[in-house]
Amino acid sequence: MIFLQLFLTFFKIGAFTFGGGYAMLPLIQSEAINNGWLTMEQIIDFIAVSESTPGPFAINMATFVGTQMGRASFGILGGILGAICATLGVVMPSFIVILFVAKFYQKFKENKIVAGCLGGLKPAAIGLICAAVISIGKTVFFPDSVALSVVTSYVFVFSALLFAVTLFLALKKKMNPILIIVISAVTGIGAGYLGEYLGWL
Amino acid sequence: MKENFKKALKLFLVFFKIGAFTFGGGYAMVPIIQSEVAEKRGWIKNEDILDILAISESTPGPIAINSATFVGYQVAGVFGSVMATLGVVLPSLIIISVVAYFFKQFLAFKVVKYAFMGIRAGVLALIVKAAKNMMKACPKNAVAYTIVSLAFILTVVFDINVFAVIIGSAVMGLVYSLLTNKRKGEEK
Repeated sequence: MIFLQLFLTFFKIGAFTFGGGYAMLPLIQSEAINNGWLTMEQIIDFIAVSESTPGPFAINMATFVGTQMGRASFGILGGILGAICATLGVVMPSFIVILFVAKFYQKFKENKIVAGCLGGLKPAAIGLICAAVISIGKTVFFPDSVALSVVTSYVFVFSALLFAVTLFLALKKKMNPILIIVISAVTGIGAGYLGEYLGWL
Repeated sequence: MKENFKKALKLFLVFFKIGAFTFGGGYAMVPIIQSEVAEKRGWIKNEDILDILAISESTPGPIAINSATFVGYQVAGVFGSVMATLGVVLPSLIIISVVAYFFKQFLAFKVVKYAFMGIRAGVLALIVKAAKNMMKACPKNAVAYTIVSLAFILTVVFDINVFAVIIGSAVMGLVYSLLTNKRKGEEK
């Protein structure tokens, strides 16, 4: 049953994400790709959509996957129900845990076991997001397969240059993510038609 | 009772607004929560905002949901937390449901395909930035660095399940803190 599966999968993702935002990315990647729900390209494209629409990344991602999967098996109503199940799943662990913590906040803050586990969870989230950078980089630069011959291709050179520029804009200029996506999109359109015109695409 | 119901309804509206107008989610929401909930309405104290962040970071789940649930509970109990969470989720749920319907057809256009060729490189830069920001919050000690490298190598090289890595690192962190606490106790 796809709806139950959506709920349970996103419940698991919600329960194991610490630190919010992109910390969820490695988990979504692992679950959505293993279940055959999304390809790596779709995940990357959707990150752009999520950045340019309001709302938290986790909710956007859950709604998107839920709509796509529910709709594939049960049409429009299925899409809506799928979105609700996935979103409810990703929200539920937070909701339960926070209600509990809000009641016993002082004890929770001083608890040595909680602090100890967090000492391991924070660095793990960093290691995992770095791993995600590698696998996403592979998809961006080597969409078909990792090979040396790709390095001279038009798409590779374009992607590498644009990556360098956007990285500079994001890190050094602290540019707004939406603006970075808009610039990347416009550059992509320009480069696409130019490549087509020159016969390189 | 009626007072609480009114407050919960207000919570729903305030968090709906927060959900509808913050791009990038999570941390981007914190300043808006601060102005809407603490400064404008005085529902919680300004210094409690820091506590909310600390709690959100040390419990599982997205920061936006964690803070909505926490603030809602503080202001109007369990009903308040339900309404605040519902409010922050609803805008995304509506907007993305609509987007998802048109996404596939949308991608079939050539101009969109080219746009996404560029966008993918830009998104990679955004993720690198997120990773860098997360590194700032990393505890600065040898054990933390070991866990960072282990988590990285185990997933990239050995393709170990992400959930197993997360559970393993929580256990490592716990064992380490218990050992150091014990040593401190003996020194005393």
